[in-house]
Amino acid sequence: MLRILAKIQRIGIITEPLPPSTEPTLTQIGEQLRARIGERFVGSLAIREVDAGSCNGCELEIQALNNPWYGIERFGVHFVASPRHADMLLVTGPVSRHMEEALKRTYDAVPEPKLVVAIGECACDGGTFGESYASCGKVSNVIPVDVTVPGCPPTPTAILQGILSAIHTAK
Amino acid sequence: MTAGIPFASFMQRLSEAGLVVDVQVKPHLKPVQIITLAADDWGRFGQQALACGCRWVAGWGEETGAIDDNNLRITACFEQAGAYLLARTKVTRAHPVLTSHTPYYPAADRPERHTRDMFGVSFTDHPDARRWTRHQAWKNLEYPLRRDFPLNGHPGAATPADHKYNFFSAHGSGVYEIPVGPVHAGIIEPGHFRFQAVGETVLNLEAHLGYTHKGIEKIAEGRDVTGLARLAGRISGDSTVAHTWAACMAMEHAADIEPPPRAVWLRALMCERERIANHLGDIGAITNDVGFAFGFYQFARLRESWQRTSHAAFGHRFMMDCIVPGGVAANLAPRFIAVMRDEVAALRLQVGKLMAILYDSPSLTSRLLGTGVLTAEQAAALGCMGYVGRASSLDFDVRRHAPYPPYDQLRVKAVLHHAGDVNARMRVRHEEIAASLEVIEALLAELPEGSLCADWQAPAADAEGIGIVEGWRGEIVTYLRFGTDGYIARFFPRDPSWTTWPALEVLIHDNIVPDFPVCNKSVNGSYSGQDL
Repeated sequence: MLRILAKIQRIGIITEPLPPSTEPTLTQIGEQLRARIGERFVGSLAIREVDAGSCNGCELEIQALNNPWYGIERFGVHFVASPRHADMLLVTGPVSRHMEEALKRTYDAVPEPKLVVAIGECACDGGTFGESYASCGKVSNVIPVDVTVPGCPPTPTAILQGILSAIHTAK
Repeated sequence: MTAGIPFASFMQRLSEAGLVVDVQVKPHLKPVQIITLAADDWGRFGQQALACGCRWVAGWGEETGAIDDNNLRITACFEQAGAYLLARTKVTRAHPVLTSHTPYYPAADRPERHTRDMFGVSFTDHPDARRWTRHQAWKNLEYPLRRDFPLNGHPGAATPADHKYNFFSAHGSGVYEIPVGPVHAGIIEPGHFRFQAVGETVLNLEAHLGYTHKGIEKIAEGRDVTGLARLAGRISGDSTVAHTWAACMAMEHAADIEPPPRAVWLRALMCERERIANHLGDIGAITNDVGFAFGFYQFARLRESWQRTSHAAFGHRFMMDCIVPGGVAANLAPRFIAVMRDEVAALRLQVGKLMAILYDSPSLTSRLLGTGVLTAEQAAALGCMGYVGRASSLDFDVRRHAPYPPYDQLRVKAVLHHAGDVNARMRVRHEEIAASLEVIEALLAELPEGSLCADWQAPAADAEGIGIVEGWRGEIVTYLRFGTDGYIARFFPRDPSWTTWPALEVLIHDNIVPDFPVCNKSVNGSYSGQDL
């Protein structure tokens, strides 16, 4: 136990503002996000992630938002297990036909405002998989989409920016 | 293996058993030998292969085009002592019937059902008549990988849920059922698990996969080599390097193109970096699934910092699309040799200290030791690859047993455990990180100079190739065949997850329901990689 505490103390807090660049930094986006979540969602935004047929590359980058470098929970965002608890869906993948009905039912279970962010190239336009006997293509072919985040996969920071943009669209 | 000639004793045994096989010489399929046999002998061939100790590796079908218009060609791949054998037979399109390998090899179960769903080949003595890959997106008696099936299929207005799959059921006092998925609670891929349980104890688990089936084999047809490499990089996002490498290796074998040495070494460097990133993430996730948040955050931290170096060096956090037909698309700037060397030393130290804490935490180890045991016999019967096999006494690693460049010039330390539990699968990952770090040091020390990519020249029509690569989950076997004009006619990538998903159903027996997440994570099969 002492070693665990010693390790935690030695590593300290590594959560960081990203190095200066022309893009807005993680903390800038995060602070805007926190303010906006404070106004619109009483300080807490609940997200349900749905893989509708992705290669799992996008899942890795969404998971990364929970690692200590990004620490998304500090901005008031948390991932929930049930769509009934969710304000927002993050949907990845081209929607496989085998996931079409499951995605629709998940969407139906989400209470208003039912924000939907399509994450990754496949979710935005079908990507390399497109439409076929097995794939419905982009997410908006199956459920309404508020914001798209391109990239294969998009970086964690781009995903965070997408979440922020979606909150701006919330009425 | 007899006196250096692969499969010599097997061939002799076949002829003693009265099985006539025709040995074909296909120089372009280099590491692999091909034999053809009569359809009637298919099942018996499987029986003999088992008796000779061959491992059943993969199986697939194809329509070979103008050569035999009325036939489907069925292939099964076997391995023995690091040598690979493709056994082939033909069935007619009108009456595609074969005896099955599944009675001898449980590993053939799902692949044969996949071939049945996609090509309409019926395996007469297959013990499981249920469909596997097909849900409701296409109808019974429609076969997407046949040429007369259009790419877009015949979809209705909407594809209904697949709620009529005939799961095994259990009856009796106190038995109850837990359906889970396809949408799971975490940020993970979709699939369905059906548990029968009594109290907390799991009586039976059955997985129903196929939810992420995106028609990868079908949409590969007609692609050019660049398009195919890109598609291969998206079979399973966490294995993008290994799958792209296997696909490019197969195309290069078919076209008889040798990538330059620097490209080969850089491919290995990327592949080892991918292995370490995923093992780091998995160790953290295993500890997280038993509520040990310290492990999760520490290893997530290491993984993130490792991926940032990959991004700085190769331009992509997962090194997607960095491997291309003929070589690599990303060079390594000289300064990264020092950067990566320092990083290797730092990571070795960090992982060593953290694992010492993990192994010495009774609240963690008591949840991992003895949990989810896969015996050596079970692992061998299922042909489990990668860390799942190596935690259950199954010593196979393509890099060591069938080495491809540059591993033919490198030493990869063997990692093997015998307990077969979650703890052993975590230990294998830990020791594989250490072994990979040594490989990376060797790669950096002797990285050849020179060009990055060989010129591409389209191979002859019907040229075939095989790529076999040790990805972070284990052996990837990729088969492909070119059509005319240098376009792909058939592509079948066998992700190692095909060999480990069935293990999950076995190792969960008699464990408690709350240990399912950690058991699942310790296996960590790719849904997308097996659904295709």
